[in-house]
Amino acid sequence: MPPVPAAASQPPTNMLGILASIIDGVLVGLVYGLAAMGLTLIWGVMDVINLTHGAMIVAGMFALYLLVSALGINPYVALPPVLIGGFFVGLALYWIAIHRMIGRPPLMSLLSTFAVNLVLIGIGTGIWGTALFNVAVSLPGVSFGRYTFPGAHILAAVLAAVIAAALYLFLQKTRIGKALRAVANNREAAELVGIPTTRLLAIAVGCGVALAGVSGVLIGTLFPFTVLSGDGYQLKGFIVTVLGGFGNPVGALLGGVALGLLEGIVTPFVPVSWTLVIEFVLFVLVLIAFPGGIFSTRRGAL
Amino acid sequence: MKRICLLAAAATLFAAPALAQDTITIGMTASQTGPLNVDSLGLQRGAEMWRDEVNAAGGIKAGGKSYQVKFVVYDDQSVGGRVQQLYTRLINEDGAQFLFSPYSSGLTAAAAVISEQYGKIMIDGGGAEAKPFELGNKYLFMVITQANYYLSGAVEALAQKAPHAKIAMIYSDDPFSKAVLAAAKDQAIKAGLEVVMDESYAPSTTDFGPIVNKVISSNADAVLGGGHYSDGATLARQMYDQKANMKWVSLLVAPADDKFADLGPAALGVTAPSQWETQVSYKPQFGPTAQQFIKAYQDKYNAKPDYHAAAGYSQGAILQHAIEQAGSVDLEQVTAALNAIDVTTFFGRVKFATDPGHHGLQDAHEMVLAQWQQMTDGKLGRQVVWPDAAKSADLIYPIPPATH
Repeated sequence: MPPVPAAASQPPTNMLGILASIIDGVLVGLVYGLAAMGLTLIWGVMDVINLTHGAMIVAGMFALYLLVSALGINPYVALPPVLIGGFFVGLALYWIAIHRMIGRPPLMSLLSTFAVNLVLIGIGTGIWGTALFNVAVSLPGVSFGRYTFPGAHILAAVLAAVIAAALYLFLQKTRIGKALRAVANNREAAELVGIPTTRLLAIAVGCGVALAGVSGVLIGTLFPFTVLSGDGYQLKGFIVTVLGGFGNPVGALLGGVALGLLEGIVTPFVPVSWTLVIEFVLFVLVLIAFPGGIFSTRRGAL
Repeated sequence: MKRICLLAAAATLFAAPALAQDTITIGMTASQTGPLNVDSLGLQRGAEMWRDEVNAAGGIKAGGKSYQVKFVVYDDQSVGGRVQQLYTRLINEDGAQFLFSPYSSGLTAAAAVISEQYGKIMIDGGGAEAKPFELGNKYLFMVITQANYYLSGAVEALAQKAPHAKIAMIYSDDPFSKAVLAAAKDQAIKAGLEVVMDESYAPSTTDFGPIVNKVISSNADAVLGGGHYSDGATLARQMYDQKANMKWVSLLVAPADDKFADLGPAALGVTAPSQWETQVSYKPQFGPTAQQFIKAYQDKYNAKPDYHAAAGYSQGAILQHAIEQAGSVDLEQVTAALNAIDVTTFFGRVKFATDPGHHGLQDAHEMVLAQWQQMTDGKLGRQVVWPDAAKSADLIYPIPPATH
């Protein structure tokens, strides 16, 4: 048997490659962060974990696919209609699955949103099966050395940051945003000063689902997807949310970047199959060290 | 209500033996949903086409009787845990006399435990891993080429084009892909090629960005790997997006599917080990020729058959041949006929290993290597490029670099 070449046992890792992985991790992490913002917004305002989140991300992906394949539009033009459509879907979701569960044990809303999730996935599977769909995006990438950042990754990260900033401004500067924060902080007190809390809860779910939808559009420009892809991104959303502190949208964005960084840093050094293990070990360690998340803020301070 | 149930039960008791005389029930699960859905669909359609053709021709003739073929098919949702429940149900409640395998090695290994336990013949057209055949199973028969030889053609062709190629192996962490790549690694090293990276990824991986960067860092110029449809197609797209510019890319399963064309320019030049391609020209001893099979399949499903469809049809054709040879549907007689089979159909030659260490393993069927190329009509399509005797176009090496 011929000797095994030395390179086979130790793949060379060079600095450029590691840097490329880290930067790409941050780019994709911003998109994960945006996806998690929707999840954490709903939790922050009404203490409901929205288990339709993954399905809503997938709905965004398929809206992208349908708009691009039927109308031949530029993929990014799909963002505004999905944002608006997602908001109204969110309002409907609030009245169907969440409104009557407000103030009841968390398990109730968990189950009702999970049920809606199963229905949505079932309908999606009935229409599209579970085949893989691909939306080709041809944008010039940025290369340095042999490494390339695809244009779609860069643009998705920029758009995610812009949308996140817009949400931040919306929460901080507008009357509705301030009212939302008031409801998150103390619902009874908000009601006493005349804030229509039910309407605001519905708006919060609308915003959460709209965020899930647009992040679905952005993820759909990066990777091929199936009807079942939502589960994976929902799981990532939970990790990001816990890293970033529950109920803290800005923390969620940072948490997304942290997760992306982690994936970028870990992959070059360990066998790929260990990446997930290491991610979850670190996740548990973070939970032990910072039970409220790394970027946690005071409870209710949306 | 109770009385109606009793009546119904009594009716089935009397009806069952009468039906069994001229019907053969074949049970199988298919991954109608879940990640294996694309590949499994072809396997199921191929089998159903065989069934419809047999029934239209008057059924399987054995021992002076004609048997109509009836299928019972359940959706296993691509989940191993479901398979064992469903095969038990197929045998005990649906009265399946013969079984076809589910799709993929993992699910087939799970189903084989049940088929052996109940002593049912299972024809395997969906799982290529050799391991279940090394356990002394008596009634399990594989009609496709086994995993160890999936990439032999790719390694041989690559070694001929680039004797000093550096290979990165990056593959799904499932039994089939691991078995294929482990064998391919040995073959590559024997052929004098260098393996510079050998890693597996979780089958649920959706972002291959960091992995592709790692492949680039390894200084490889060839990639062998993949797993099943979703991960393989995503890997191919991201290698293209990130301009990995590999000179050679062979992926399992995904590029052997026509849907791979959705990837557009990312598909170009990718090679796929294939159990069967529409261009092959075996001379069948019985059953349809490749042309007849392709035409019938297109008429029925309005789609081009892939190798899974051909394997699905073969499961039926081989079982039918064995029953006809045996002149009976008796378990031991059909098993003996399967052990003795050595035939060529449109799918190629099929013969089963009979030594106890590998009983039922495929011994004769051969694979081809197909490559995605620009066809004369400008569209993307697969050409057979290896072996030379079977090729329909020249191999393109190296793959032209990404231009975006």
